[in-house]
Amino acid sequence: MSQLSTRHLLGINNINTDDIRLILKTATQFKEVINRPIKKVPTLRDLTIANLFFENSTRTRISFELAEKRLGADIINFSASSSSVTKGETLIDTVNNILYMKVDMIVMRHPAPGAAQFLSQHIDASIVNAGDGTHEHPTQALLDAYSMQEKMGDLRGKKIAIIGDILHSRVALSNIFCLHKLGAEVMLCAPPTLLHHHVTSLGVHVSHDVMEALRWCDIANILRIQLERQSIKYFPSLREYTLRFGINKKMLDSLQKEIVIMHPGPINRGVEISSDAADSEQSIILQQVENGVAVRMAILYLLAS
Amino acid sequence: MEPRLLLDSQQLHITMQRLCCQILEQNLSLDDIIIIGLQPRGILFSDRIVAMLRMFQPNIHLDYGKLDITFYRDDFRQSDKLHLPDATDITFLIENKHVIIIDDVFYTGRSVRAALDALLDYGRPRKVELMVLVNRKYHHHVPVQPDYIGISVDTIVSQKVCVEWKVDDKTTDQVWILQEPKSAKE
Repeated sequence: MSQLSTRHLLGINNINTDDIRLILKTATQFKEVINRPIKKVPTLRDLTIANLFFENSTRTRISFELAEKRLGADIINFSASSSSVTKGETLIDTVNNILYMKVDMIVMRHPAPGAAQFLSQHIDASIVNAGDGTHEHPTQALLDAYSMQEKMGDLRGKKIAIIGDILHSRVALSNIFCLHKLGAEVMLCAPPTLLHHHVTSLGVHVSHDVMEALRWCDIANILRIQLERQSIKYFPSLREYTLRFGINKKMLDSLQKEIVIMHPGPINRGVEISSDAADSEQSIILQQVENGVAVRMAILYLLAS
Repeated sequence: MEPRLLLDSQQLHITMQRLCCQILEQNLSLDDIIIIGLQPRGILFSDRIVAMLRMFQPNIHLDYGKLDITFYRDDFRQSDKLHLPDATDITFLIENKHVIIIDDVFYTGRSVRAALDALLDYGRPRKVELMVLVNRKYHHHVPVQPDYIGISVDTIVSQKVCVEWKVDDKTTDQVWILQEPKSAKE
């Protein structure tokens, strides 16, 4: 495998296992680049990349910006709140206008599931999905898989528990697709109200007992409660959620083994995870952030070639 | 045209010995010398050179690194083939050091140009020299010349220089000139 099978990264469901392995392998070389005294290579110096963020983002936007800058690309940043989108312009018109200014690649986050897929059918540039509603967040899944591999080696047969607000999480869905393609087993753990009805059709284990999930897994990927996407109450209170599903160091210490703790951020400390667990030696949360830049550099490099 | 053997195992060994002697002859001390092999094929040659230098002077400290130039190539997005990167392994400073870049075949010189760009991301060396096993004359695209040359050959564009290294009982150290097959268009 020496080339991606696709010219877009719309979701993990749209790429194959060879693509994933190629991205992760290429990311290793970019991790070396971002740890050099001069963290920049000129590879994409002839490219202009537009970062279109129709939804708020801190780490993903900064991570993409850094990845693009470290590959030598020119970048333009666009946020919906300060653009003509507020005047009624359609998504296709907005993007086509940007592309006619000789932009080569689009990185897009959008609140509507399928927005990146829709755009890919109407424009001629490569598109990287930086999160589309509650659908997929492929780059997060890839950087999570990279971080897991870095810590644990080959993921075949490894057990990964995803704990938290699965229902509203695009990270969860992309993680499930990615981990299954890499041969890992996945368990979802959440209150019944924060799980899809047909979630077992994805081939995952399901639990509503957080200690059972922790005892089962090698790696726990903890998700935050996405209150901004919840129009109704899915559980009585945050305090009750924390008591039933929150993870702390005492729980981790009570296990017979040392599991790896991950979180895609932003963390709500004291809700889904306590500070002592998030900052413990078992946590690789900050390594995930570092690896995010390397993985995104690999994705942009492979899609641009 | 039949493949032509340019160097057999013994000749290749003598050539590498001569190249090592040239380095030792021209540099009184190797303390300031850094050897950088170019990925992927150049490091097979540089591994041998470094091993020989250490054999000639067992007590020397010689920094040896491996450099991948994929991200610095000038033909990215200009060919159908995707160039996948190999590992770069430079764990020391090259600032103010004397660097000898080693590659197996010197053809257009574009790889060495890219290597010079890549090298500067690790500091500003005092001096940079180039060692190649085979110098294909008359094909250089950039004004770069090797300082240490194993053998210089006249070749035509349709020929290919193939350097083989002994890695097991079935292989041997050899350098060949091959005629590339004609493409379907021709």
